[in-house]
Amino acid sequence: MLELDGATVRFGGRAVLDDVGLDVAEHEIVCVLGPSGSGKSTLLRAVAGLQHLDDGRVFLDGRDLDGVPAHKRGVGLMFQDHQLFPQRDVAGNVAFGLRMHGESKGRQAVRVRELLELVGLPGAHGRAVACLSGGEQQRVALARALAPRPRLLMLDEPLGQLDRSLRERLVVELRELFGELGTTVLAVTHDQGEAFALADRVVVMRDGRIAQSGTPLEVWQRPADEFVARFLGFENVAGATVSGEAADTPWGKLPAPSDAPQGEVTLLVRPAGVRLVPAEEGLRCTVAARTFRGTHVAVQLQPEGAAPRLEAACALREAPETGEEVGVAFDAAEIVVLAGGRAAAWLRP
Amino acid sequence: MAVPVAFFGVFFAYPVVAITARGLKVDGVWRFGRIWDVLAQPDIRHVLWFTTWQALASTALTLLIALPGAYVFARFDFRGRQVLRAVVTVPFVLPTVVVGTAFLALLGRGGLLDELWGVRLDTTVWAILLAHVFFNYAVVVRTVGGLWSQLDPRQEDAARMLGASPFAAWRKVTLPALGPAVAAAALMVFLFTFTSFGVVQILGGPTFSTLEVEIYRQTSEIFDLSTAAVLTIVQFAAVGAILAVHAWTVRRRETALRLVDAATTARRPRGAGQWALLAAVLGSIAVLLVLPLAVLVERSLDAPGFGYYKALTANEGSLFLVPPIEAVGNSLRYALAATAIALLIGSLAAAALTRRDAGRLVRGFDALLMLPLGVSAVTVGFGFLIALDEPPLDLRSTWILVPLAQALVGVPFVVRTMLPVLRAVDGRLREAAAVLGASPWRVWREVDLPMVRRALLVAAGFAFAVSLGEFGATVFIARPDNPTLPVAVARLLGRAGDLNYGQAMALSTILMVVCAVALLVLERLRTDRTGEF
Repeated sequence: MLELDGATVRFGGRAVLDDVGLDVAEHEIVCVLGPSGSGKSTLLRAVAGLQHLDDGRVFLDGRDLDGVPAHKRGVGLMFQDHQLFPQRDVAGNVAFGLRMHGESKGRQAVRVRELLELVGLPGAHGRAVACLSGGEQQRVALARALAPRPRLLMLDEPLGQLDRSLRERLVVELRELFGELGTTVLAVTHDQGEAFALADRVVVMRDGRIAQSGTPLEVWQRPADEFVARFLGFENVAGATVSGEAADTPWGKLPAPSDAPQGEVTLLVRPAGVRLVPAEEGLRCTVAARTFRGTHVAVQLQPEGAAPRLEAACALREAPETGEEVGVAFDAAEIVVLAGGRAAAWLRP
Repeated sequence: MAVPVAFFGVFFAYPVVAITARGLKVDGVWRFGRIWDVLAQPDIRHVLWFTTWQALASTALTLLIALPGAYVFARFDFRGRQVLRAVVTVPFVLPTVVVGTAFLALLGRGGLLDELWGVRLDTTVWAILLAHVFFNYAVVVRTVGGLWSQLDPRQEDAARMLGASPFAAWRKVTLPALGPAVAAAALMVFLFTFTSFGVVQILGGPTFSTLEVEIYRQTSEIFDLSTAAVLTIVQFAAVGAILAVHAWTVRRRETALRLVDAATTARRPRGAGQWALLAAVLGSIAVLLVLPLAVLVERSLDAPGFGYYKALTANEGSLFLVPPIEAVGNSLRYALAATAIALLIGSLAAAALTRRDAGRLVRGFDALLMLPLGVSAVTVGFGFLIALDEPPLDLRSTWILVPLAQALVGVPFVVRTMLPVLRAVDGRLREAAAVLGASPWRVWREVDLPMVRRALLVAAGFAFAVSLGEFGATVFIARPDNPTLPVAVARLLGRAGDLNYGQAMALSTILMVVCAVALLVLERLRTDRTGEF
C-alpha cells in the first residue's frame, strides 16, 4: 500500500535517509525503531510530503506522490509533541481535518463525537487544549489525525513524552484500536518496548539505512547484526571462531549453534543463556553489579582476565551478591550467530 | 506579494521619483553633480551631523527610560495597567506640532518650569531629546513589552536553577529572545528621530535643524526644489542603509520562540526592589508623558466656560470653509480607510515575508517596506500632488488620496508588528495543518491568523493612530474644506491671537481624547480575546 523506493534525503551532503526501500501492506502496523538521529522522523516527513526527497520515490496505493503537496496526500501524521492548535478547543482540533475536506457541520459534529468516544474522551469537546494532561493531549492528537480517515496513519514517537505506566496502557489501547479500525500505520519510536508491543512488523534503522526488518519475535530472537543486538539491549556480543561444534570466544569455548558457519563470526549470548554454576565449575567470574528488573535480576559478571563483561538473568532468589565469585556455563539454545562478521571494534564498550 | 509591490510602486516610488526628477532635472537633463555641490556646503554638513547624533542620543535615551517600562508593563500586574498602557501610547499619535507646543509650554519661556524654578530648556538640545522620548516611549513599550509578556518566565527559572543570578538569567535568556524586538523598536525610534520634523521645527529654533526640517525649509521657504531633492536622496540613502543593516541583524537572530498566554506571565510586584522599580517607572511616565499632556489640557481650558471649545463649532473668519469641529469627522473617516488599506497591504506583505521559501528578492522587500517611514513625509505629500494629478492617475480630487498617503505610513507598522509574531509561530503547527488537508492559504488563515490576531489588533491600533496624527503628507493633499485634525491645529497655530492658540489646544485635546478612546477600545478587545491564546 505504501511503498518507498530508494528514498534518499541529504542535509548538507550528509545522507539522513540513504536509499531506503520499505513496503507497508494494507492494515499492517509497521514500527520503525532506531536511535535518535537514525533518520526515522525524516522518513515520516518524506512520506507526508513535508520533506523533499533528493532521490527515490514514494508510492501510495500505487500512485507516485512526487510533486503532490502535503495537504493533498491523504495521509495522517501525529506529531511528536502533538502540535495541537492552541487557539482551538478539543472539538475544534479534532474537526480541523474534516473542515479542510469540506465536510458539513452536522457530519463534523457526529464524527467528532464518535472519535472522542473512540479515544476515551467522551464529552471533552469544549475543553481548551492547554488544560489537557499529556495523555489526554495524545488522545486528542490521535482523534484529530484519525478524523479525516487517512489512508495511512503515521505516528512520530506517539507515546514519547508520557510516563511509563500510561505508555504501557496506551500502547495496548492503540493496538486494539488500529486492529478494530483496520488502519494502516507507520510509526517511529526509539523505544523497543513500544515498538514490539505495537507493531506487526519492526524495521530497525541505523544512520539512515534499514538494518533489519521482521516481526517483533524474529527481530528479538535473531537480531540481524551487532548494531541491532546492542540497540535491543543485548550486551553479550563477541567475535568468535567456529570450528566444528565449538566456538572460540573471549569467554572460552562455547557450544556453537547448529546453523553457525565455520570460521570467523559474531556471537550473541542472550542473558538467559548465561547460567550460574558453582565457582569451581565453568568460567570464573566476579559479580560486578546487579540490577533489579522486576521479574528477574540482571547480573553483571566480570570474567577473570581481560574478557568482556557478561550479563546474566537470574531468578530473584538465586541472584548472587555483588563481589561474590561464581562460575558461568553457557546454554547452546540461547546463542545466536549475528550477520556482519566479527564484532566491530567501535561498538565495544 | 504582487499587491503590496504594486501599491508601493504606484503610491510611493512613483511620487518620490517624480519629485526627485523635478529637482534634479534641469531643462530635461539630469544633473547628478548637484548632489556633491549641495553636500559640500558647511551648513548642510552641520545639518547632517546634528540629524545623526541627536537621533542616536534620542534612541539611547528612549531605550534607557522605556525598557524598564516595557518590563513593568509585561511582567507586573497592578491596578490601572490597561489604562496606563493606552495612556503611554497617546503621545505617539499626537501631531508633532502639538507636542512641540506642549513642550514649549512646559520648558520654554514663561513655561511651567520657568514659572516654578526659572529653568528653561528650549534653547538646549534637551528639549528635543525629551520630546523624542515622549513620542517614542510607546514604541518601545509596545514592541518589546508585547513580546516580553508572552515569553515563558519558566525559561528564566530554568536558568536560575542552573546557577544564574537573576540579572544573568535575564541577560542570557530573556535578552537574546527580546533581541529582535529591541532591535526593531530601536530602529523605529531611530528612524522617527532621524526624520523628526515638527518637534525640531518648534523646539530647535535657528540653532538645531534636521534633514527633514531643512527639506521643508528648502521646499516651502526658499523654493529651492533641487537642493530639497538632493537632501531627499541623501535621507533616502541613509535610511536605506540603516534598514539593510537592521534586516541583516534581525535575520541572523531569528528564532522560534515559545510564546505563552500573556495573562499568565504577569504577577504582583514583590519586594522593595520591584516596588521601587514600579514607582520609578510610574514616576517617569508622570513627569515625561502625563505632565506635557496635562499642560496641554490646562491651556485648552484657559478660557471661561469652555470658550475655546465653543469657538470650534462656529464658522468664523476666513481660516476654514467649515467649522473646525468637522475636522474630527474627517480625521476619523480618513483614518478608518487608511487603517483598512494598511492592514490589507501589511498582512499580505507580512505573510509573503514569512514563507519559508521566501527568496532574497522577497526578503529585500522587507526592508523596502520601511522606507516610507524614512522618507520625508513632506516629500511624499508633495510627490502625491505633482505625480497623481494627471491621467491615468488623477486622484487629486478624490477623498481616497489622504487615506492612501496615511496608509503608506501605516503599512510599515503593520508589517513590523506582525512579522516577529508570525515568524515565532512554530513551523510544525503549520505542517500539522497541512497534513490534515489545509492548503497553504488555509494554513495561513487557520493557524497563523488566529495566533497573530493580537498582533493584528495592535497593528490596527498603530495604523489608526498614525493615520490620525499624520501631518507632513496630509498638509499638502487635504482639501481646504476637508481638513484633518492635525492640519486644522497647524492652521490655527499659524495664526496669532489667544483665541486661535486656545482653539488649537482644544482641538489637540480632542484628538488626544479620540486616540485615547480608540486605544482603550483596543485594549478591551485584547483582553476579551486572551482566552483564545
